[in-house]
Amino acid sequence: MSETPAFMSAAEIAQAVSSRKISALAATEAVLARIAAHDKVLNAFTDVTADRARAKAKAVDAAIATGQPAGPLAGVPFAVKNLFDVQGLATRAGSKINRDLPPSQRDATLIERMEAAGAVLVGALNMGEYAYDFTGENAHDGPSRNPHDPTRMAGGSSGGSGSAVGGALVPIALGSDTNGSIRVPSSFCGTFGLKPTYGRLSRARSFPFVASFDHLGPFARSVKDLALGYDVMQGPDAEDPACVARAVEPTVPLLSEGISGLRVAIAGGYFQENLLPEAVEAVARVAKALGATQTVELPEAARARAAAFIMTTTEGAALHLDRLRKRPRDFDPPVRDRLIAGAMIPAVYVDKAQKFRRWYRAKVLELFQSVDVILAPATPCVAPKIGQATFTLDGVDLPVRPNIGIHTQPISFIGLPVAAVPVPLEPMPIAVQIIAAPWREDIALRVAYALEQMGVVAAPAPRGI
Amino acid sequence: MDDHLDDYMNAVARTMALPLEETWRPAVRANLEVALRLARLVDDFPLPDDVASAAVYST
Repeated sequence: MSETPAFMSAAEIAQAVSSRKISALAATEAVLARIAAHDKVLNAFTDVTADRARAKAKAVDAAIATGQPAGPLAGVPFAVKNLFDVQGLATRAGSKINRDLPPSQRDATLIERMEAAGAVLVGALNMGEYAYDFTGENAHDGPSRNPHDPTRMAGGSSGGSGSAVGGALVPIALGSDTNGSIRVPSSFCGTFGLKPTYGRLSRARSFPFVASFDHLGPFARSVKDLALGYDVMQGPDAEDPACVARAVEPTVPLLSEGISGLRVAIAGGYFQENLLPEAVEAVARVAKALGATQTVELPEAARARAAAFIMTTTEGAALHLDRLRKRPRDFDPPVRDRLIAGAMIPAVYVDKAQKFRRWYRAKVLELFQSVDVILAPATPCVAPKIGQATFTLDGVDLPVRPNIGIHTQPISFIGLPVAAVPVPLEPMPIAVQIIAAPWREDIALRVAYALEQMGVVAAPAPRGI
Repeated sequence: MDDHLDDYMNAVARTMALPLEETWRPAVRANLEVALRLARLVDDFPLPDDVASAAVYST
């Protein structure tokens, strides 16, 4: 076991709290102290809910003291991207405008489920404005900073989630992923991240972006913690129309089943282009460890990324149309300019993008008849410097901001489950996507766990704080 | 194309009551050019007439 609660895994904390070796309050105080010590650098938190956290931790301790069963996350501190409703806070979603909203009356469904399992919410996390971001930069709150080098991006849009977990401020954080916003910060900050199948986890009482492919999911520093968080959040929820009526399918008991018999392939073509050497190296290490030599082509992946881009910019524009008209100067300017452009896209292109998605999804699902897992890079490179405007991919200078997610967009576009696994390269980590067929998060997590056991992937200790 | 795109932006902004200050115009235009280039990539793909979109994929 790690020496202090702040460095313990969620599984270790839950075990220690359940057996009364430490109290939930002590675990919470240790995390609050670590946030106080390091968040001035990381800028991961926008709200620290210390009073609420202490009250919840005391309630967990009192329940255990009276012999009530401890939940699987007993006393585990966690934090959420600030697009989740937190009772008593305005859901700012990274914006200035939303701060004028009344305080939320009720927590998001996923917060309720985490706390029902004994977890302790300690705060809300920084993010790119309205989740339209891959950098973790924010004009209103300042950038989330990378825990391995604070001069670098945390990635976005769940930048605070990646920074807080990568910096070991909390063992688990929740984020959202529309085009890569869990997988990109996981890659830059060296954390594990799970973007579940579209419709698996409820989005009720979270601020939307692109309803067609908005997902919520966990970040953690180990695969077991990732699976623990994911498992307790599963289950149908009538308050999210996209959330399916599917029974809970626990993954923790399956992690150690191994990967024997799983057919693993490497995504070719589009996914082997626009990569810096570190991304190539990361995929190669994972593929070698898994014995993967077969390459598969996701058909029309570039067009899928284009269709995801069109649906994103137009659905985002529709969501914010009234705010664009009434308060355009209160937006982060680059976000505003993208949304205004999105409002100008003819509807016929959106309809064609939606129909193309149906075609593309069917073709990709055919691949899963012959493979169980597809490997792909999570990002083209390690974290760029904060404010960096361009990078060079395959000899072409490209803007950083829209191109960080070029390898994640064609996957979330059709809702496939993905575990982002960090390869601890020096000096900066970078992640690989472990992609599975719909509803097979268990397979993605089993592969991630096997890689972790082999020592190929790991969340590195924060090097920058 | 350049003139047409500016004309188009002005017309859509007026029709939809969208704000478009002159200082924002270059960035909005750059974003629109990228989006239209990607939209044309989607448009170029031949789809069967009977392909229907699905709002939610549950299988």
